[in-house]
Amino acid sequence: MLVIDKITKTFNPGTINEKQALKGLSLTVNDADFITIIGANGAGKSTLFNAIRGKFLTDSGSILLDGEDITLQPDYVRARNIGMLFQDPMLGSAPGMTIEENLALAAGRGGWFGRISKADRELFRERLSLLDMGLEDRVDSLVGLLSGGQRQALTLMMATINKPKLLMLDEHTAALDPATAEKVLELTKSIVRDNNISCLMVTHNMQSALDLGNRTIMMDQGNIIFDTSGEERAKLTVNDFLLKFKEAAGKALDSDRMLLER
Amino acid sequence: MDISSIISLIQTSVELGLVSSLTVLALFLSYTMLNVCDLSTDGCFTLGAAVGAVVALSGHPFLSIPAAMLAGVTSGFITGILQTKMGIDSLLSGIIVNTALYSINIAIMGNSSLINLNKTETVFTMLKTALGGTSMAGMYKAVISVIAVAATVIFLALFLSTRLGLAIRATGNNPDMVRSSSINPVFTTLVGLCVANAFTALSGCMLGQLQKSVNIDIGTGMVTMALASLLIGRAFLGRGKITTRAIGAVLGAVIFRIVYAVALRFNMPAFMLKFVSSVIVIIAISGPYLKSRIPVIKRRLSAKKARA
Repeated sequence: MLVIDKITKTFNPGTINEKQALKGLSLTVNDADFITIIGANGAGKSTLFNAIRGKFLTDSGSILLDGEDITLQPDYVRARNIGMLFQDPMLGSAPGMTIEENLALAAGRGGWFGRISKADRELFRERLSLLDMGLEDRVDSLVGLLSGGQRQALTLMMATINKPKLLMLDEHTAALDPATAEKVLELTKSIVRDNNISCLMVTHNMQSALDLGNRTIMMDQGNIIFDTSGEERAKLTVNDFLLKFKEAAGKALDSDRMLLER
Repeated sequence: MDISSIISLIQTSVELGLVSSLTVLALFLSYTMLNVCDLSTDGCFTLGAAVGAVVALSGHPFLSIPAAMLAGVTSGFITGILQTKMGIDSLLSGIIVNTALYSINIAIMGNSSLINLNKTETVFTMLKTALGGTSMAGMYKAVISVIAVAATVIFLALFLSTRLGLAIRATGNNPDMVRSSSINPVFTTLVGLCVANAFTALSGCMLGQLQKSVNIDIGTGMVTMALASLLIGRAFLGRGKITTRAIGAVLGAVIFRIVYAVALRFNMPAFMLKFVSSVIVIIAISGPYLKSRIPVIKRRLSAKKARA
């Protein structure tokens, strides 16, 4: 369970570029929650993710993951329990190393001087075959030679090879072609479901925001303005959703991309 | 020039190439793997030579090697701390340590800028005595160099396939991915620089003992020469497994020395060595870049012609 309590973050304080990106945001993510997040550009979605994974420390407030206070932990320590995928498929893997070497680093078995064992290789092949992309026969290929979709699928595998307590997806299919995006999304759903991982997912597609997962939150100006789940959410249409936004934010949702993808 | 002098020329080049290839292997780790251009290399090379010479002078030829390497580790650690924990740019921290080492090195050499090892027992003289009278007698310098280089290459090949080694390679490749694998890139950078500088210092220690003298300028220009060798090696054996690429680095160092020796034969003055190594580095690094620019330049030229 992730408990975020009134976190704030101001970028460039005291300068002309000062921006209050998170304004006392609170959120509780229950175990096995799959939450979709939507909001206009600059609403603070990515900032929220970066605060949770520790890219920066928040100015105030606290973040608890399964009861452990991670507010001041450095990012690489939090990464033990938090996996993250970005929109750019190039960010999650090392292009100059092979598929197997990338997976070995993510799996992190055998101590500092451990080497890739036969059992590791079997495990990697087995996991890769789940992707159904033929990567299990290319474990010695350099990751830099893979397509964007393959790299994103591999990153997903790396992020979940040790079951994380929380998986954060920042529009991780937005840079892929529609067919590949669909495939990576299906993979994401099955991995999250099979392993019972709590998941936060940013999307610009409102229909999939309502279709995926069990809960949807809407963000605006550094805070959560609308949080829906259960029956209420099941009845919502995209149009209701737009109205809700107008109601809560006091203005129309003005993201062209979001409206285009309705 | 007769055959025997050609052979002795090649032998000397190979010996010098092998000894300096240890520095090339250090850069293989720091520059190619970790993506850090370690400009403290010159000073660290001299540091290794100075420490090695002083310890050998005090009557401990064997101890001189680990002592020099330990000095290298210390130097690498400081360079690493400056760039990972103290907010100093990585190139600048190398330059700063390099400058500081100049004073340190003179202090180590007993406030002198020259140490003479002519009558001192070193690992080389010990093997020379041991091999005396056998058919290998003339090869003692090469034997020691080959052992040191082989040990270093094997160590690197093993080390870089451990989890720590993979993490070091990934740090140079995609540090964000290292963080998301729950590894602190500060740690991997520090370890990588410590190991690399141990090899640089070993290289300096061996060169000093090989030529039986150490002066304060022994390391000047080493970083450029080693980079030149590294890039020559990459042209021959730049792809494939780590071992192949490490052997490529050694080969590059030997080729560099042989080409240099041939150039000397054709009356190139010895002082041109550093100029030539700079030119090689420029060509090797900017060559591919300029090549990629040729189509653009061609199009612009033809567009200009069409307009005229």
